Amino acid sequence: MAIRQISVFVENKPGRLAEITGYLAEGNVSIRAFSIADTTDFGILRLIVSDTEKAAQVLRDAGVAVSITEVVGVSIPDVTGAFANVVKILADAGENVEYAYAFLTPEAGHAYVIVRVDDSAKAANILRENNIELIDEVAALG
Amino acid sequence: MFFQKDAETMPRAKIREIQLERLRYTVRYCYENVPFYKKKLDDAGVTPDSIKTLDDIRRIPPTTKADLRDNYPFGLFAVPMKNIVRIHASSGTTGKPTVVGYTAHDLDMWSDCMARLCAAAGATADDIVQISFGYGMFTGALGLHYGLEKLGCAVVPNSSGNTEKALMYMRDFKTTALVATPSYALYMAETAKKLEYPMSDYHLRLGLFGSEGCTPEMRTQIETAWGLFATDNYGMSELMGPGVSGECEERCGLHINEDYFLAEIVDPNTLEVLGEGETGEVLITTLTKEGIPLLRYRTRDISRITYEPCKCGRTFARMDKIKGRSDDMLKIRGVNVFPSQIESVLVGMQDVSPHYQLIVRREGFADTLEIRVELSDISLLESYGKIEELQNRIRHNMHTVLGIQCKVSIVEPNTIERFVGKAKRVVDLRNQTEEKS
Repeated sequence: MAIRQISVFVENKPGRLAEITGYLAEGNVSIRAFSIADTTDFGILRLIVSDTEKAAQVLRDAGVAVSITEVVGVSIPDVTGAFANVVKILADAGENVEYAYAFLTPEAGHAYVIVRVDDSAKAANILRENNIELIDEVAALG
Repeated sequence: MFFQKDAETMPRAKIREIQLERLRYTVRYCYENVPFYKKKLDDAGVTPDSIKTLDDIRRIPPTTKADLRDNYPFGLFAVPMKNIVRIHASSGTTGKPTVVGYTAHDLDMWSDCMARLCAAAGATADDIVQISFGYGMFTGALGLHYGLEKLGCAVVPNSSGNTEKALMYMRDFKTTALVATPSYALYMAETAKKLEYPMSDYHLRLGLFGSEGCTPEMRTQIETAWGLFATDNYGMSELMGPGVSGECEERCGLHINEDYFLAEIVDPNTLEVLGEGETGEVLITTLTKEGIPLLRYRTRDISRITYEPCKCGRTFARMDKIKGRSDDMLKIRGVNVFPSQIESVLVGMQDVSPHYQLIVRREGFADTLEIRVELSDISLLESYGKIEELQNRIRHNMHTVLGIQCKVSIVEPNTIERFVGKAKRVVDLRNQTEEKS
């Protein structure tokens, strides 16, 4: 059920993000979702891509530092309070949300949210018990 | 343990008396026997008779490595070749080698100096000592060799190279002490572990290391790998070779053989003499050398000196382990910073690689130091918090070691330039306008 996410270290200098995403394009890897946040010196780009192995390979070949982690993907209805509900369930279970980001879905009326927590397996179980719909890589990458 | 206890425990007043007498002799000796020094002293308006106190040495201009090179090979020798019995040379990695000649008396003094330092480090006549410095033009091997023989040790001159054979001798002879560079001692330990013999087949108890720097971490590694007690000694071929100073068993500084060498600490930029405990460049004047006497030789090594008595009983001043080279020293907001200090912090941290770059800028009227380090533990990418925590940890450790605040930038792995030879890690932009990127 877990979704693999790629994290990339990006130095804050003009053109670096273009270079990194360029490597993915050359490798025919499609980006499904991403988030980037930065400090003054560097940013960390987080990606869900069509082919995780290949993406990691082309980036490493280009000398880019890459780390792969498991994150939880949830599908939530496009209604008020839906995301708050998911976060509350995790909070009640003592799961800390390190970061989260949403992306477009092919499924009308829903939003997909990627959530990074300390224990992905535990979080997935709790969410499932609370009738939250989880998405897997097939759905996410569909 | 002492080799020449009377000399090594003289009262300070007696040491100064001997130093003054020998300084006056040496200045006159240089003036009368080395045309280079006659000119240098004449130009500076210094006559041998005008040296009346130890402080008068400050009027003598320092001697540099370039002076030795300009007079290659024998131009600074003070005696005719019939009195020279040995010639050594530096490796010459940064230009023409510097050549030094020894009279029979010089060799005798050298081996006394070395015997003292080896005894201070804990060597005795019962030791079997293997010398794994390369023999040849390099002063290290023969310097230790004659000193250890004079002390009565059984010297095994197996030189460097053919590590497995050296290890065989170490097992079969039950060698108790090792002379090597710290890095070769580590390499030998790694090789020993790969062989089929247990480490209990080796009997090393003492390491006499020198000829290159050794961080405390590296020393601990060597001691753990071999189960020995490691000591450091210092010298350079221009001055004689090893034997200028060395650690006693207290390991709280390197005792300088002050009856043969007069050490000063100066500001490397202004050459102003600094006080006890202040850090600066070591200048050494040889006090008895006949072959090639040197006045105020600029070692380019950075250290500081204390004259406090040592627990071991020696009254000779102690110098700190060499902190760095004055060529590499940076002065930031009035504080001396050495790349080697920064390296020692980074080597002790696991999440960053030891490759770094230093950028010095002037912002307003204040200097700023930026340390760029490569992230090596990419699992930290999972969390900004962890990277920031790492940044803070490096900043804190740097502040502790350097005494100034600096900016720490984490950069991508493998993006800082690697150097095969002498590394150039400092970018000083203080007198340049910087292009903003």
